[in-house]
Amino acid sequence: MSLRNQINKNLTHWISGDGPENDIVLSSRVRLARNLENYPYPSLADDEERKSISDKVRDFILEENNMNLHFINMYDLPELERELLVEKHLISPIHAKPGREKGVFLNDNETISIMINEEDHIRIQVLNPGLQLINVWETADQLDDKLEGKLDFAFSEKWGYLSTCPTNVGTGLRASVMVHLPALNFTNNIGKMLGAVSQLGLAIRGLYGEGSESVGNIYQISNQLTLGHAETDIIDNLSSVTRQIIEQEKNARERLLEEQGVRVKDSIKRSLGTLKYAYQISSDEAMKLLSNVKLGIDMGIIDNVDNKVLSELLVLIRPAHIQKINGKELGAVERDIKRAELIQARLNM
Amino acid sequence: MKCQRCNEKEASVHLTKIVNGEKNEIYLCEECAREAGQLPFDGNNPFAFQNLLKGLINPDVNSYEHFQQVDKCESCGMTYNEFSRNGLFGCSECYNAFSNKLEPILKRIHGNNRHNGKVPKRRGGTLRVKREIEELRLDMQKAINKEDFEKAAEIRDKIKKLENEISTGGEGNVTEKSDK
Repeated sequence: MSLRNQINKNLTHWISGDGPENDIVLSSRVRLARNLENYPYPSLADDEERKSISDKVRDFILEENNMNLHFINMYDLPELERELLVEKHLISPIHAKPGREKGVFLNDNETISIMINEEDHIRIQVLNPGLQLINVWETADQLDDKLEGKLDFAFSEKWGYLSTCPTNVGTGLRASVMVHLPALNFTNNIGKMLGAVSQLGLAIRGLYGEGSESVGNIYQISNQLTLGHAETDIIDNLSSVTRQIIEQEKNARERLLEEQGVRVKDSIKRSLGTLKYAYQISSDEAMKLLSNVKLGIDMGIIDNVDNKVLSELLVLIRPAHIQKINGKELGAVERDIKRAELIQARLNM
Repeated sequence: MKCQRCNEKEASVHLTKIVNGEKNEIYLCEECAREAGQLPFDGNNPFAFQNLLKGLINPDVNSYEHFQQVDKCESCGMTYNEFSRNGLFGCSECYNAFSNKLEPILKRIHGNNRHNGKVPKRRGGTLRVKREIEELRLDMQKAINKEDFEKAAEIRDKIKKLENEISTGGEGNVTEKSDK
């Protein structure tokens, strides 16, 4: 199978790198936490109760013909396949851990995923490439309406949708954007930005979620508070902050070219050189260099490489994907070698 | 005076805690006070998210709330103590069971303790109608300010009608009516 076919096979819509503002915003995501009335939350429920919850949601979704979702039982899935879903951001790392009666519904291009029996009974996620927060919110809202038409969600007039963790109660909404901010990092402005953003009720995390460091200048910005604000206000707030960050990043890129053009161009071209000729490469180094190459493409310094490489490769070079593409389990050194090969093949496409 | 925690021994420790200007006082015996003082701040990283959250839920050993942790959720059996250790509820009924203690906790986490977002169409009860009434009241005030009393009276009648619906209709029915 050709590499293009391999990539397409593994391609989930958001890593296509399309969408508005795709030179800075890699993806937009919304997640809604919902629970069924009269069942203990997943952490406390026994296998039978968890099965009953899962069956209830499954029966409903599979009966509705127009939802076009297919169900995956996590228990039936080998570890490598579960890891693939984590790397594609379709399920959480916790959901990939072994356990009974956990599942996920996906649509064909994987923009929708509904996790069953994660921390809450139901977690609806919609994930699209580029800056499309309103779009993903509307899709999640409609899915929620459909499910609510048949399933009895735990809801309180005072506190809204009830959730396992008090930090999700109210709207149960977590909206986030994944942004690539190399110039703000290069000009040492990222710290200032992080401080300002956190004062606006938003949280910033690295690429791989809670507690992770930023890799490849990629950050996830999300709302921190779920109670007391309307969903549309939360979405608007995050959208407008993201737009300002985009502006700042663009300004920083211009300044960078004006003030340190030679250094920046050299660094970008060297990064491309290393990626093209390395025999082995770690995930972290690859992300750092790919970030530079993406910046080079977006600033017109590199013109013969596809703009989508960063979004695609940030998923495809991760351990589970490397092994899947090569069709076998690989040790750490072998993975580094295969990673270098994969990147070179992709850059030459 | 008897200890307010064990209700047996003589109280010899007097604790005062002021939260947001609200003063709470409690009297304890030496044993109960010591027992409370031994609660460790567990985990290796005291600033890990879950630990900070636990800190919010169970603020400190001297707090008034700490000595009243007999609450238990009848539905799933989780006690308030367990909840404050894990930071996770056992079921949706826990919210009712720990209702009094939750108000300040939610306020501390979210800066707010009232839901202002989406209301489920089928299960939202009277909340949708109540929201509609609130909005109409604001409209009525605007009309009065503009001295458009005819319009204000019209809105007042609408409000009355909706209020009647809430008091006479079943919860589900009212929601459905207001949707049509």
